[in-house]
Parts: sequence; structure tokens; C-alpha cells
Amino acid sequence: MLLNQFLFLAAILFCVGVYGVLARRNGVMVLMSVELILNAVNINLVAFGAYHSSLDQGLDVSGQVFALFVIAIAAAEVGVGLALILLLYRNSRSIDVDDIDLMKG
Amino acid sequence: MLTHVWVIPGLMTVSFLLILFFGKRFTERVTSGIGIFFIAVCFVLSCVTVANWVQRINHPIADISADVALVTQPGGGPAPIAGQSDREAIVGARRGPLEGSIDQLVKAGETTTPASAEAATTEAATTEPAATEPAATEPAATEAAASAEHEAKASPIVARWTWFEWGSLKFEFGFIADGLSILMLFTVTAISLLVHIYSKEYLHGDVRFTHYYAFLSLFSAAMLFYVTSSNTIQMLTGWELVGVCSFALIGHWWEDKKNSDAALKAFLTNRVGDVGLIIGVVITFYAAGATSFNVLHINQYALSPGANQTLLLVGGLCLFGGVTSKSGQFPLHTWLPDAMAGPTPVSALIHAATMVVAGVYLIARLYSVFYEGLNIGANFVNYIAVIGGITIVAGALLAFVQTDIKKVLAYSTISQLGYMVMALGVGAWTGAIFHLFTHAFFKACLFLGAGSVSHAAHHTFDMRKMGGLRKFMPATFATFIIGTIALMGLFPFAGFWSKDEVLAGSLNGQQHPYVLMLVLGVIGAAMTCLYMSRLIYLTFFGEYRGHGTPHESPKVMTIPLWILAIGAIVLGFLNLPNFFKVGSFDYTTRFEHFVEPTFAFPEINHAEFNVGLAVGTTVVAGIAIFVAYQYFWRRKSVFLGLRDKVRAFAWGYKVLENKFYLDHLYTDVVVGGVKGPVARASYWFNNQVIDTVVNSAGRGAVASGRALYTQVDQKVIDGLVLSTGTGADESGEALRHMQTGRVQQYAALLFAGVAFLAIILVIFV
Repeated sequence: MLLNQFLFLAAILFCVGVYGVLARRNGVMVLMSVELILNAVNINLVAFGAYHSSLDQGLDVSGQVFALFVIAIAAAEVGVGLALILLLYRNSRSIDVDDIDLMKG
Repeated sequence: MLTHVWVIPGLMTVSFLLILFFGKRFTERVTSGIGIFFIAVCFVLSCVTVANWVQRINHPIADISADVALVTQPGGGPAPIAGQSDREAIVGARRGPLEGSIDQLVKAGETTTPASAEAATTEAATTEPAATEPAATEPAATEAAASAEHEAKASPIVARWTWFEWGSLKFEFGFIADGLSILMLFTVTAISLLVHIYSKEYLHGDVRFTHYYAFLSLFSAAMLFYVTSSNTIQMLTGWELVGVCSFALIGHWWEDKKNSDAALKAFLTNRVGDVGLIIGVVITFYAAGATSFNVLHINQYALSPGANQTLLLVGGLCLFGGVTSKSGQFPLHTWLPDAMAGPTPVSALIHAATMVVAGVYLIARLYSVFYEGLNIGANFVNYIAVIGGITIVAGALLAFVQTDIKKVLAYSTISQLGYMVMALGVGAWTGAIFHLFTHAFFKACLFLGAGSVSHAAHHTFDMRKMGGLRKFMPATFATFIIGTIALMGLFPFAGFWSKDEVLAGSLNGQQHPYVLMLVLGVIGAAMTCLYMSRLIYLTFFGEYRGHGTPHESPKVMTIPLWILAIGAIVLGFLNLPNFFKVGSFDYTTRFEHFVEPTFAFPEINHAEFNVGLAVGTTVVAGIAIFVAYQYFWRRKSVFLGLRDKVRAFAWGYKVLENKFYLDHLYTDVVVGGVKGPVARASYWFNNQVIDTVVNSAGRGAVASGRALYTQVDQKVIDGLVLSTGTGADESGEALRHMQTGRVQQYAALLFAGVAFLAIILVIFV
């Protein structure tokens, strides 16, 4: 089994996600980019899990199980994140993350 | 009890600490109560010890256990064996199951004496003290017992611990129980108990009552420690401690310059002798192989055939320097009469009955050293005996011209100490110790009687202001007379038996009779009768010359007097000569039997009771008393007015009044001669050298301080402190701008950091 393609895909997806987190101004887009990062990780987990199973060691589902956990937690995280952004919007009529610098030193 | 004699000085130390720390909060009654209670307990324990010792001597088989082993073995060179036995005793102790516990070591120590058989020591280490006794049933031990029974039964018991080790040197800490130390325990605790009780009334209302009782306790502790010490280092400690207590108690009423001078004089005179003592301790230590300070070891060495005679002689003479000062021997006796400045019970306890005999005890304890070093056995004259003899006569002569009742007694004490030292000098060991014992009782009786007289007669000790007191204070008079008769050595009072033994010992000598000593002793006995008659006459007879009405002292003072007086009558019978032996009942020479050591002790020749001598001395004493009676009571004597008629006598009187000019010799010639040049030299040295050094040190200190302040403190340290502050401030200001509040920027930095670490990881790992 070829592992590289999956890892490349995951790396690209991760980079896209990081770029989105760091560069996008829109809070919702930042959250979506976080999702991309998590999914890149999921791909890695599943890919390694499948690779591990292919090495004559019988079926190993721990990669998939881990990925499922991540998906579940990502769902929770995005729920909290969207709630935050909603409240933010209510307060400042904006979801531009650059505007949120209340902790400026 | 024999292995635990340390308890006795220990208890007195507790008493001292209690009184010292809490005495101020207590009333006089409680303070004296503490002291009396502790000394009474010690007295009881001492009696138990005496009983144990008598038991041990009388029933040797039941109790020899390990001691026999040692006594029988030292055949080949005693010194190495003693050293070896030490090591084994300790090793045995360590091997025991209770390793490390002090009790355990005591048990191990129990066998110590001379013990060298390893089996015996191990057994002692692993069993209870009582259980060691059956060790005698081992076949070897019983055989040995049969052969060495006499040696075994009187061999001392030494409990000891290792204090510290340094290379092959082992310093020990130990307590010895043998006839001599037990005798001293008994004497010291008995007299001390009576003095504690007596002082309760005598010192009633004194400003420093607590101080007095504290030092009395410390003195008892130190003296008991001294007499139970098993090595010379400990003895030195006890010796100095009693000296300190003596100093403190002589100067008890230090507000009076005279008293503090007397205290200083006592202390400094003793220092002179103590230098000799310390050197002597060192010499004997090195002479005996530099392995142990143990007195038995040193004695063993002195008796061994290979002993270095010269070292023993020099060591013995140096030690005798200590004896000369502490036991008031001529010519260092001058401090003792002045020491009477202290409270009278102190004079009785310290400066008559116990501390001053520390020197006699030292000779007795290290007798082999003196015996071999000064060749007592083979000579007909030697240094110790001569000094003792001179002291007898010098002390008695000086006692004639004193008007202070206590000073008469002080010179009498000096004279009697002369007897003890002379007896040791002629080889009459038992006579000396016996005289020490009886003297302690009757001299304490006399001193306490003098205190009672003074208590009655308005606190004066001047006999010119007394007289006729027998009518006012019958109890004091009776006890005083008993003490006096004992001191004069009249049959059958205690003094007779001990003094006679000393004189018989002088006549008998060892290989040659010590004739000179005998003559001096008899002259001293006659003079004792004369000056004591004078004292009795001036104090108790004639008309009362003081003011006020004298009164008898309260019971708390007279009861100790009666006890001591009874002692002065009966204690002499403890060493009845064999001459008086009737039937098979064994009551003669008990003292010699129980007290005289048999281990590491020279073979001395015991003098037999000499009827001629005893009658002779009694006649001499009788003549002396008759002469005194004629002179003082009847006022009809050829000696009356002799001082005015014969110039030589006037001159002699003047010499005596000035105490042989010894004080002048010491203060004016020795001290004065030394102190002028020394003072000038030290003044010059002070001005030129010390002041320069001090001044330049001061200036240097100021300059370096200033330099330190401007350069180091202001620049370096302050710079560091300030730069820390400003550094934190400035870096904070710089870093403040990084905190933008934009989460994305933080995340970017975070990511950059992670990426950076990842790159490092990839490249370097």
C-alpha cells in the first residue's frame, strides 16, 4: 500500500488549513480552516491505521476509531466556536477577527 | 552498683543544674531541700556501693567472672595486654545484639578491668550484668580463681566507653570502682550530706543562698566524678572543677575585697601546681606507651620490669607539683589558710575534709608511679616523705600564732595533710588513706564546731573575742572536744589509730626505716596537742571576751556535729591492728582488707602495731597537753613570757606571724620581681607593637571599607541591582508591542515556532 499520497494530501490540506487560520479575517472562515486542519489529521490517522493493518498484523482499527473521536470533538468545537462568533457579532456587528484585540498589551 | 558508680556524680550534676536554673524561683527551703535530697540519695547509693564492695571482697568466688582472666594473664608484659583487653572489650560490645546502646557498652565495660579473655568479654556484652557472674563456673575461670583468688577479689571494676579514637590512640571515658574510690565516695557523700544540712541554718538568709547550694552540689558532683575517674584526663577535669568550686565558694562574699583576694590567691596558687599536674599527666601517658590514660594501665606500666625509671621520676615529681598545691603541701600551702574566707561549712567540706585530699588521693591512685619513680621501697628518705614531714611541722608551727579559730584549724589541716603525704612517701599506703578517712570526719567536726561557735558569738572567728563558751554551748563544746581529742591522736579515738599507723609505717619503712619522718611525725603530734589545747583554752575556757550573750546553735547544726563526733570516736576501729585480735573473729585490719588495691599495686610492707611506739607517742602527747595545761590554764610555766626573755623566740614568733615570709616571697620577690620588668616590657610591647598593629589594622579597615563602598558597593553591586531593574523595565516595554491582542498573530508565531522546531528535528535528529 502506498502511504505517500495520503500523507501528501494531508500535508496540503493541513497547509491550506493553517493558511486559513492565520490569514482569513472572517471568523467563520477561520473555524472552517480549523476543520480542514483536523481533517488533515484524520486522513493521517486513517492512512497510518490502514498501513499498519496491511503489514501482516491483522486488522487494526485504532486509526479509524481515533479519527471518529476527532470528528466528534471537532463537531463540538465548531459548535462552541460558532456560538462565540454569534455572540461576537451581536456585540460588535462584525465577525472580523482583526477587530477583536481586547487583550492588546 | 559497682558498675554504675557514675550515677552518683551524675545525680549531683542534676542537683546542680536544677538549683542553677530554677533556684531563683524557689524559696530557701526548697533550694536546700533539693540539695539535701540529692546528696542524701547519693549517700545511700554510696552505702550500697560500699556494701557491694564488701560483698565482692568477702565472697570472691561468686563474683570473679572475667576479672580473673586478666589478673592471671598479664605474665608477659602488662602494658600490651591492657591495651589489647580494651580493644576486645569494645569489640565484644559491638558484636552484641544490642549494638550501639550505651547500656550495652556499660555491660561490656564491666568486664574491662584487666579482662582480656575474649570469651568473657563477649559474654559480658551479651548478657545481663547479673548473668555474667555465673561465668565463673567455666572450668578455666574457676581454676584461675583458685590460684589468684586474692588478686581477683580486690581487682577494680571499670566501666568504660570509647570517647573518641584517633589513629591507634583511643581516648576512653570511664568510671572505676575499687576500695579506694568507694571509700572516697562514702567519705565525700557523708561529709557533704552533713554540710548540706548544716548550711541550711548557717547560711540562712544569705544573699546568695541559691548560688551557695548550686556550687555545693557542683562541688560534690566534681569531687565524686574525680574520685571515680578511671583515667588521668578525667581526673584532671574533676580536679579543675573542684578548684573552680573552691574558688567560687571562697569568694562567696566577694563584696569584701579580702575574700575575693583570698579566692584569687587560692586559684592562682593552685594553677602553679596544676601546670606540674598537666605535665605529669602527659609524661605518664607517653611513658606508658602513649596508648591510654587509664590509671590501671599507667600503674601496670610503672610496675613492669621495663619501665623507664627516669620518666617515672620526672612524671611523679610533676604530678606531685599538683599535689603540693591542692593538698596544701609546703611551700604552696599559703592559699589554704586564706581560703577560710569562705563560709565555714565550705571550709569544712572543701578545705578540710574532701577537696584538699584530692592530692593525697592522686598519689594513692597512681601509687605505683610514685612508688617506682621515687624508689620509695628501697630508700630511707625521698622527696614526698620529706615534703610531707616538713609540712607537718611547718603547719603545726604556724597554727600557734593564729588568732583566728578557723586559721588554726586550717594550719592543722595542712599539718594533717602532711601526715598523709608523708605516709604515702614512706610506703604506708593504708595508713595514709586511713588517716585521710578519719581526718575527714574529725576535721569536719572541728570546722563545723568552729562555725557553730562563730554563729553563736556574733559572727567573729577571732579567738580573742571568745572564751568561756563551754557554759553557753555545751553541745558544741562536747563535740569540739571529741574532735580535738581525735585530732590529737589520743587512745582510743579515731585519730590515734590512723596517726599511729602512719608513724608505725615510718618506723617500719620498706627496706629501711624512715627515721627522719618518724621524728617529724612525733614532733608534729606533740605540737598538735599544744596548739589544739591553746585553741580550746582561748575559745571555751576563761571569761567571755566578746559582746552580747552567746547561745547554743539550733539542732540542725548540732546534730551533724554529733554525727561527726561519733564518727571521730568509732571510725578508728575500722582498722584495728592485728595486735588486738581476739579469737578467730575477723575484725582487725578491715580497712586494709577492703580498701588496699591488689591490682597493679606495688608490694608494700605493712607495719605491725608497735606497742612501744604507741605508748611513746601517747606519752609525748600527754606531756604536751600537760605543758599546755600549765601554760594556759594554770599560768604557771617556764615558757611564760619566753618571748620577752629570749630574743631567739621573739624572732621566731615574728617569723611565724609572717608565715615564714612565704607570702612576702611570693608577692614581693617572685611576683614583684617579675611584674616590674614584665609590666614595662609589656607596656612597651603594647605601645609599640600592639598599638601599631591595631592602629594600622584600624586604618586599613577604614580605607578598605571606603574603597569597598565607592568601588564595589556603589558601582558593582548597585549597578547590578539597578541594571536588573531597568533591564526588566526596558525588555517589558519592548515586548509589550508584541502583545497585539490578535489571536491570529499569536497563532502565526506559534506555528512559526513549531515549524522551526520541526526543521531542527528533521535536520539534526
